[in-house]
Amino acid sequence: MAPPAQTVRSSSPSQPSGKGEVSDLKLQLRQLAGSRAPGVDDSKRELFKKVISYMTIGIDVSSLFGEMVMCSATSDIVLKKMCYLYVGNYAKVNPDLALLTINFLQRDCKDDDPMIRGLALRSLCSLRVANLVEYLVGPLESGLKDSNSYVRMVAVIGVLKLYHISASTCIDADFPATLKHLMLNDSDTQVVANCLSALQEIWSSGAATSEEASRERETLLSKPVVYYFLNRIKEFSEWAQCLLLELVAKYVPADSSEIFDIMNLLEDRLQHANGAVVLATIKVFLQLTLSMTDVHQQVYERIKAPLLTLVSSGSPEQSYAVLSHLHLLVMRAPYIFSSDYKHFYCQYNEPSYVKKLKLEMLTAVANESNTYEIVTELCEYAANVDIPIARESIRAVGKIALQQYDVNAIVDRLLQFLEMEKDYVTAEALVLVKDLLRKYPQWSHDCIAVVGNISSKNVQEPKAKAALIWMLGEYSQDMQDAPYILESLIENWEDEHSAEVRLHLLTAVMKCFFKRPPETQKALGAALAAGLADLHQDVHDRALFYYRLLQYDVTVGERVVNPPKQAVSVFADTQSSEIKDRIFDEFNSLSVVYQKPSYMFTDKEHRGPFEFSDELGNLSIGTESVDTTVPVHKVEANDKDLLLSTTEKEDTRGPINDGAYSAPSYDGSLVSLAAPQTQPEVATSNPSVKEHSQSSFAIDDLLGLGLPAAPAPAPSPPSLKLNSKAVLDPSTFQQKWRQLPISLSQEYSVSPQGVSALTTPQVLLRHMQTHSIHCIASGGQSPNFKFFFFAQKAEESSTFLVECIINTSSAKAQIKVKADDQSASQAFSSLFQSALSKFGTA
Amino acid sequence: MISQFFVLSQRGDNIVFRDYRGEVQKGSAEIFFRKVKFWKEDGEGDAPPIFNVDGVNYFHVKVAGLLFAATTRVNVSPSLVLELLQRIARVVKDYLGVLNEDSLRKNFVLVYELLDEVIDFGYVQTTSTEVLKSSIFNEPIMVDAGRLPPLGPAAIFMQGSKRMPGTAVTKSVVANEPGGRKREEIFVDIIEKISVTFSSSGYILTSEIDGTIQMKSYLTGNPEIRLALNDDLSIGRSGRSIYDYNSSSGSGPVVLDDCNFHESVHLDSFDIDRTLTLIPPDGEFPVMNYRMTQEFKPPFRINALIEEAGPLKAEVIIKVFAEFASSVIANTILVQMPLPTYTTRVSFELEPGAVGNTTDYKEANKRLEWGLKKIVGGSEHTLRAKLTFSQQSHANITKEAGPVSMTFTIPMYNASRLQVKYLQIVKKLKTDNPYRWVRYVTQANSYVARL
Repeated sequence: MAPPAQTVRSSSPSQPSGKGEVSDLKLQLRQLAGSRAPGVDDSKRELFKKVISYMTIGIDVSSLFGEMVMCSATSDIVLKKMCYLYVGNYAKVNPDLALLTINFLQRDCKDDDPMIRGLALRSLCSLRVANLVEYLVGPLESGLKDSNSYVRMVAVIGVLKLYHISASTCIDADFPATLKHLMLNDSDTQVVANCLSALQEIWSSGAATSEEASRERETLLSKPVVYYFLNRIKEFSEWAQCLLLELVAKYVPADSSEIFDIMNLLEDRLQHANGAVVLATIKVFLQLTLSMTDVHQQVYERIKAPLLTLVSSGSPEQSYAVLSHLHLLVMRAPYIFSSDYKHFYCQYNEPSYVKKLKLEMLTAVANESNTYEIVTELCEYAANVDIPIARESIRAVGKIALQQYDVNAIVDRLLQFLEMEKDYVTAEALVLVKDLLRKYPQWSHDCIAVVGNISSKNVQEPKAKAALIWMLGEYSQDMQDAPYILESLIENWEDEHSAEVRLHLLTAVMKCFFKRPPETQKALGAALAAGLADLHQDVHDRALFYYRLLQYDVTVGERVVNPPKQAVSVFADTQSSEIKDRIFDEFNSLSVVYQKPSYMFTDKEHRGPFEFSDELGNLSIGTESVDTTVPVHKVEANDKDLLLSTTEKEDTRGPINDGAYSAPSYDGSLVSLAAPQTQPEVATSNPSVKEHSQSSFAIDDLLGLGLPAAPAPAPSPPSLKLNSKAVLDPSTFQQKWRQLPISLSQEYSVSPQGVSALTTPQVLLRHMQTHSIHCIASGGQSPNFKFFFFAQKAEESSTFLVECIINTSSAKAQIKVKADDQSASQAFSSLFQSALSKFGTA
Repeated sequence: MISQFFVLSQRGDNIVFRDYRGEVQKGSAEIFFRKVKFWKEDGEGDAPPIFNVDGVNYFHVKVAGLLFAATTRVNVSPSLVLELLQRIARVVKDYLGVLNEDSLRKNFVLVYELLDEVIDFGYVQTTSTEVLKSSIFNEPIMVDAGRLPPLGPAAIFMQGSKRMPGTAVTKSVVANEPGGRKREEIFVDIIEKISVTFSSSGYILTSEIDGTIQMKSYLTGNPEIRLALNDDLSIGRSGRSIYDYNSSSGSGPVVLDDCNFHESVHLDSFDIDRTLTLIPPDGEFPVMNYRMTQEFKPPFRINALIEEAGPLKAEVIIKVFAEFASSVIANTILVQMPLPTYTTRVSFELEPGAVGNTTDYKEANKRLEWGLKKIVGGSEHTLRAKLTFSQQSHANITKEAGPVSMTFTIPMYNASRLQVKYLQIVKKLKTDNPYRWVRYVTQANSYVARL
């Protein structure tokens, strides 16, 4: 703790700044130190209060340390508490003086009153002075054995404090083992809960270096421990329940009946008034049922009502936290919430952070049956006095239009926006109309008629202006005035501050020129001249490029600048499904509120309990114990038919051991998604760039605009190359398998040679490995075999997962493919099929 | 797990500051306050209750004009921290009787005492007002509640209604009464917040009631309490529209969409006779929260109209009809309506004989405000306003103004018809029959009529 000297604020009379007051206090404290006069405690209280209040507002009162300690010889508990608070705050910067306090704290640790014992022990452990740790061990040992639960409760947390000051002292005294014993045997639930918190922290931080710690950490997730907690959960405080539920969410039950037992036991936790308990319970339900599609969906139905109740009760802050989670679920499964759309209507007095979430939810749940009502509601918000929300609402209407439901009516509404004559409404609507035209070129006629009526003078925002200019260029053949409007815009080139607008102007005037050369020639010349003289590098370069292009060959120029376009079918999603899954895995954490996985906003050591489960698989495999197969079993623990023979272990262990130390698969995605926030920006602000992605690639590249994932008209997939040394650890496999949707499911025939060669699963494994397709688990007996394979792309860490069931009597193979990159799954499937067809022929 | 806890005044002064783990720098309160302040000034609206600056996560809730805040570097459950902050505020209120800047400043040592016991090294230990009693030794210094602005929904009972002991809701759980003997009493408040949106033609677009049964007990010896609700109460709208035909006009069963309960509530006989059994802990707490979207009769009907009346002129007419029994009186009513941004002047015209009305045009945010001290059930009130514009309106004027929103409080009225049939104290007490107060109040949450 740093000395709080930096924030000395003066001026206000209630906040004295001078040293005068502090030295005054010092004097008065000295006078009282030895006094036994009646009423001295009252005067001391007043002085202590002053000291604490100075400390609170940030005045450095550490110089009083000696006097405070001298005055602390008292039986007055209020005084004692104030003194402890003071000492805890300043001991770290006064390690020498802190030694003075050890004596009286140690004495108090043996007091008859358990309250005093507890307080003293808590303060003793809060000193945070490394060279005093030797004084802690004794009092902690007796504290953990104290007959009073308050003292034990304090002692348990004391052990954790000691661990943070000196981990080795804590381990040498064998405190973790003591805590473990207490956790499983103490009668007081808060003592138990504190043990769990402390052990989780101690073992998680130790797991990186100590195998024992990582093993111990794993035992917390073992069935006996989890059941011990589950059976007593209602005896715990609501806060401790959250802690236990977080643990249960990481537990992997053996079979579905166990899953249902746990869910039935926890069912009534969904009715708890504390939102934290409800969300922690929901996390358990969601995690347990991930592999059971039907039940998982029932869980969504079940948790809807409790979540909505939590959103509408409690303070706005609490409902925001719950709403963020509801938002996540709505985004994952909009169809389940489509009939609840009215709950996502905004109330006029809600803060804008709530309204924003609600608008996104309304957009997501829109479908054929409710679009009309939702859009009607959104249009009301467009006239809202809260301008940012009005803008968001218009964007929401546009997004719904792009989702294709009832486009007809929506286009009319958008056009009505343009007629509302509010600057920001017009601006937003223009951007939307532009996007809409890119997807539905067939609407151009109606839209252009309206857009043509808008005076470019009324459009000031760069984005809107750029959109308008893009439409002028794109549809110049349909808009009578297009060349003249462009011309007048070019005349005001100097006044146009946005480089983006000037870039668009260049491109639009080029397009216009190809369509209506005589009318545009003059304007084009002026634009190119202005562009070449432009101080902005990108504008200059683009003008120069166009100039030389035209010089070289006008028809080539047309092909480059204004090629025939295909309608955009799907606009790039702002967040990859992998990121979304990662956030879902971190349900009931800040990741959901920030809409980012934890690695994007926290340091590794602070990621909280969630890292825990991810590392688990790796760590257990890293150890060469008999347990090695356990995580392999977990791959599909629910598939009871899946058995591993001992020989197969040899096969699977190789790649798995490597896998344990390879970079986690998410690291690869980090690079490509480094700036997920900026992606929508790019997608909307550079329409022409995207539009020309095929032909004007060079321009974009030159301009350094960064090409968004090109929605090119489905290029023939590049030949797929697989990484022959691909690695994947079973827990990652398991996790991915749960998260990814099936992207392909097919049935092949197996050649007669193949059938006859398939005597045991292992032969196929070796064969597939030569084709860079690796097996992670296999089992079964003739005629039914079941395999789980995986493969990775050669250049990137994009993974394919395959479940393959081969029936030798019918000579059929059924495969299900899940892939990080779903577009490549067809290519992968053919590769897989060809590899399989070669089986037995060699 | 949290790292620091602090309470800031509206001006950003630290009133209490407790560092539990020493992981976050000392200046965090200042960083936090700047961020919150500038969020608004940057035109982004209110700062969200959770945000991250340089790897530190900041949480806050606003209670009684104070900012209760916590920091952590760990990826914790956001609900847990926000619930905790809210709970700390409630515990502090239980002890101080009144929660505001003044009472907090006077009692900051007691608050430190509480904080020491509630959280240890960032982990919650207990938030039970009762458990904490044994470890709190400071006596609260009471502040005068009378001249303070009311806070919390229960505070409305302090005004009006002479039957209520006005000081009760602001009584500390530990303070000794002047007379020495504690008054045995228990309060059960049914507080409902209603949200209704009327379409321009007066048709109800959406409606919802969010209710809480709140309890505050000053009974010694923690007796068991039985609370009986409507016999025909049902929960869950499985059949959706099935109920709609008989529910429009205040008869038929009460159907809640969903509800949740406080930990102490036993639901053993709830399914049979709709009775809640509980041993109330000390302090104030919600027994049950519920939500209802079943149709109900809104207490007020609003008719609003804006019409152009010649160039640069328009007229607004707002009519409010009180559709509840004449024995019920609504108070502190405020009707607001945003006007076109080019409105320069507004002249108001009230009905002849109107009393307790205030009218105002707030130039800064272009808003018309009409306040009424009280409205008696069954009555009707009209406001006419003549607007003068600085420019000609081109577009549809109804798109430039509205919607009309209304706030009000109606004591002894509840729209859901959920009732506490009886409140029974099961264990016989030595003292005389304790005072039992069951009070109803309805407030507007979002009460909006579109133009």
